[in-house]
Amino acid sequence: MLSPSPLLNIEGLNVAYRVAGQDLPVLREISLEVLPGQTVGLVGESGSGKSTLALTVMRQLAANGVVTGGRVEFDGKGLLELTENEMRVVWGRELAFVPQNPATALNPAMRVGEQLAEALRLYGAGRAAAEARSRELLEQVRLAEPRRVARSYPHQLSGGMQQRVMIALALSGQPRLLVLDEPTTALDVTTEASVLDLLREQVGQRESSVLYVTHNLGVVATLSDRVAVLYAGELAEDAPTEDLFRQPLHPYTRGLLDSVPRLGQRKEQRPLQGIPGQVPRLRDFPNACVFAPRCPLAIELCWKERPLLDAPTPERRVRCHRWPEIMAGEVSAHRGEVKPIQRAKQEVRRVLNVEDLKVDYPLPSPFLQTLVCKSPRAVHAVREVSVGVSSGQTLGVVGESGSGKSSLARSVIGLAERSSGRVELLGIELPARLSRRSREMLSHLQMVFQNPEEALNPYLTVAESLTRPLIRLRGLSTNEARQQVPDLLAAVRLPADYAQRFPGQLSGGEKQRVAIARAFASGPELLLADEPVSALDVSVQANILNLLAELQVERQTAMLLIAHDIAVVGYLADQIVVMYLGEFMQVSPAEAIFDAPYHPYTEALLSSVPPPDPFVEQKKIRLEGELPSAIDLPGGCPFHTRCPRFLGDICAQQTPPWRETGDGKRIFCHIPVEELVQAQEPVLRFDGKRRTQR
Amino acid sequence: MTAYILRRLAFLALTVFITSLLIFVITQLLPGDVCRVILGREVGEGALEACRADLGLDQPAPVRYFTWLGEFLRGDWGSSYSTDAEILPLVVDRLNNSMQLGALTLLIAVPISVALGVMAALNAGRWADNMISIFSLAVVGLPEFVTGVLLIQFFGFPSIRGDLPFFEAVGRLLLPALTATFVLLAYVARLTRAGVLEELRQAYVRTAVLKGLPRRVVIWKHVLRNALLPTITVVAISFGWLISGLVVVENVFNYPGLGRLMVFAITRRDLPLLQAISLITVLGFALANLAADLLYAALNPRIRVGS
Repeated sequence: MLSPSPLLNIEGLNVAYRVAGQDLPVLREISLEVLPGQTVGLVGESGSGKSTLALTVMRQLAANGVVTGGRVEFDGKGLLELTENEMRVVWGRELAFVPQNPATALNPAMRVGEQLAEALRLYGAGRAAAEARSRELLEQVRLAEPRRVARSYPHQLSGGMQQRVMIALALSGQPRLLVLDEPTTALDVTTEASVLDLLREQVGQRESSVLYVTHNLGVVATLSDRVAVLYAGELAEDAPTEDLFRQPLHPYTRGLLDSVPRLGQRKEQRPLQGIPGQVPRLRDFPNACVFAPRCPLAIELCWKERPLLDAPTPERRVRCHRWPEIMAGEVSAHRGEVKPIQRAKQEVRRVLNVEDLKVDYPLPSPFLQTLVCKSPRAVHAVREVSVGVSSGQTLGVVGESGSGKSSLARSVIGLAERSSGRVELLGIELPARLSRRSREMLSHLQMVFQNPEEALNPYLTVAESLTRPLIRLRGLSTNEARQQVPDLLAAVRLPADYAQRFPGQLSGGEKQRVAIARAFASGPELLLADEPVSALDVSVQANILNLLAELQVERQTAMLLIAHDIAVVGYLADQIVVMYLGEFMQVSPAEAIFDAPYHPYTEALLSSVPPPDPFVEQKKIRLEGELPSAIDLPGGCPFHTRCPRFLGDICAQQTPPWRETGDGKRIFCHIPVEELVQAQEPVLRFDGKRRTQR
Repeated sequence: MTAYILRRLAFLALTVFITSLLIFVITQLLPGDVCRVILGREVGEGALEACRADLGLDQPAPVRYFTWLGEFLRGDWGSSYSTDAEILPLVVDRLNNSMQLGALTLLIAVPISVALGVMAALNAGRWADNMISIFSLAVVGLPEFVTGVLLIQFFGFPSIRGDLPFFEAVGRLLLPALTATFVLLAYVARLTRAGVLEELRQAYVRTAVLKGLPRRVVIWKHVLRNALLPTITVVAISFGWLISGLVVVENVFNYPGLGRLMVFAITRRDLPLLQAISLITVLGFALANLAADLLYAALNPRIRVGS
């Protein structure tokens, strides 16, 4: 069979960044094809060079970026040789780009309609035609009220709406190739799901080709025909999606797949296997395999000789010395049987007790309103929730942005003041205000933050960061505190000589380990972890999750885990709370969360997460509309405005009851459990065939 | 928006009220006796008493303050201690002159410095950028009396030429305005340069380029609109300074503006005149500030249109 000639053909591309007179290589000998009508997923972690590759194709390399070799051909012509003027006919009309963050990618001072119409006029439409066509495009990207959207400024739209506008813009010139750079990474899962639907539909209709750059294996599994895996600036593997997920030939691909928690995967059954070490920051490409330092299958040859890009089948390519053995099943990059992480002993004692907790953030009220004594308006972040955690147990809180999950954590630890309700630690009430809490209370309550880059003081050594809680909260002398540093570092599997390093000398994963060591230093009874892995690379994420779980079992610490990623929470937690608009929708044992019956919101959430596995069949439930304002909350059930199982007036007017299911869940819903059981089927089903959505 | 403007106006009134208090207190604390200045040293206690009673200086301070404020608001600004002339027409006349000078300065300074700033930013790091930096810094480094005197050497003292009053006015204003321009030039140009560079880095500029728009459209339509926002507010605020702060320029060119009148009032201990000028100056600054904020809000949809 004669394959069609590729629309985009990248051959032996080398790119470097020139820093202080030196060339730092970012991409080495990248070769990649995108056929007409094909969607190619480009997967990699930070530092893999995936964004640099996308920008090189778009001819938007940073000012200090230089192409040091190779070709990029688009439809047979060399893109890199075109002048900027020649590119202007290619941009938009042949080649369009959707960036990661739509909020900054639209001109804040221009109405959305004009930003679209301006492009359409450039592509030859008259003034009136451009305006009509831009409304048409806004309608095609499923924006309700396209007229109103066209008249809006970007800041008046939600993130999901902004990204739809960007997609409309990218489609406006009928380009043959779309380059998408993490277009859904800044969005919530339910929004992401509908944007991905939209992309698939629009791309399918137009038969455009797509180069989809992402770190998210779930997204590639859902969307792409082929997947190319980039590691440290090199192409590790390139294969049709089914083949890649069924039998990855590169140990790095295997490692990635083993690092991502699947929906329903649990630490005590099938622990994650992270890749040790971290993505190297290369000053130079070695004459060896770049993955060798982290590879479980590395042999002497891997250190001595750089593997070639081989083609095991006409469809696949891989850069690994040992692919024939891997393909034949003689060796495996699976890290053997990893010891399952034990669950903590049964509930020993209640550590945290939260009763009717309410968090409001008052809005600044206009002067006149204060004069007439109108009560100030407020953002109702958390609305009278009650929950508890026992020692050695993990309570996971899942929700999208605006759900109140972070406010819940912040009010427990004292960073936000609760408006009413009780928070008890070991039976003693914690004052709402942080300054009223005793040193002992503070030492029993510690937190791990989302972004380790910001959580450590850059001017303190690791040892200084670790001794501070010991000195200030436990009252140790500086010397006594210093003696504990090696133990703390060992506990988070860091070498003892890291004590004298500064945060700037550590990788992201290592910084998070230090932050965890610091949190455990004062011997807390309760650890709050607010998105502890969401800022980390996939391959590092798994190790941090396992570390948290192991430390927790060792020390019998109770943990409150906040995350937007339901798979992460499902992996680590013993009990899971699903939050929406400041209220609990569902409380359930972790094992039961993936099984029906669900709260309708949980159901939608589960059906929105793209599973990192193309053979999982997923039910398609999408939420309409936007998250309601947390200032003027909807009455009745907070979810009624978007609920796919909306019953009618009862949902809009009456507070739902808590209903008990057979498997230990509690669901906040008007629909009786029996009816939910009847109506719902499992969201996820595995049948070995490529995913089609039900 | 209306509520915003009303609130800002209320704050403005409050600002002016508080400064009027301050001005009053400070002028009362100034050393020296006005009546001695007026009547001279060799005068008896009786004449001084009579003079103070005449000027109302024997009243308690709060009474004097409210009398002064009330009269000021009614337009009765009293007469100057030193010249006996009515203050209101005098100050209004000088204010008018100052505003003409200020307006012409902005008219010259803004287009030139914005153009220089944009040019520098678009050529950042290249020789054009360096030349502009050097030129504007050199110009701003020279004190006004030096640039002013140099200009006079070069072009001759501005004499009243031409027949039409308009050209006559422009001729009289041109050199002082140029001198003041030099003071603003570097500042506004640097601010513009920084603003443009900042915007060029934004993601929406890449979006515009990737639509295939010509570079000049990207710059004019997308970049400048956002980049000039901070410049516009600074220019508006600087109008307040141009009206009353050009003391040196006005002196070099012997220009009858508000700044010179203020120096005159200070040297003569002419309290009513000084109070009137100070209050007008504060009002001018406050209004310029308000104009800056309103302009910023009007040009920035993120403030103008709520979400």
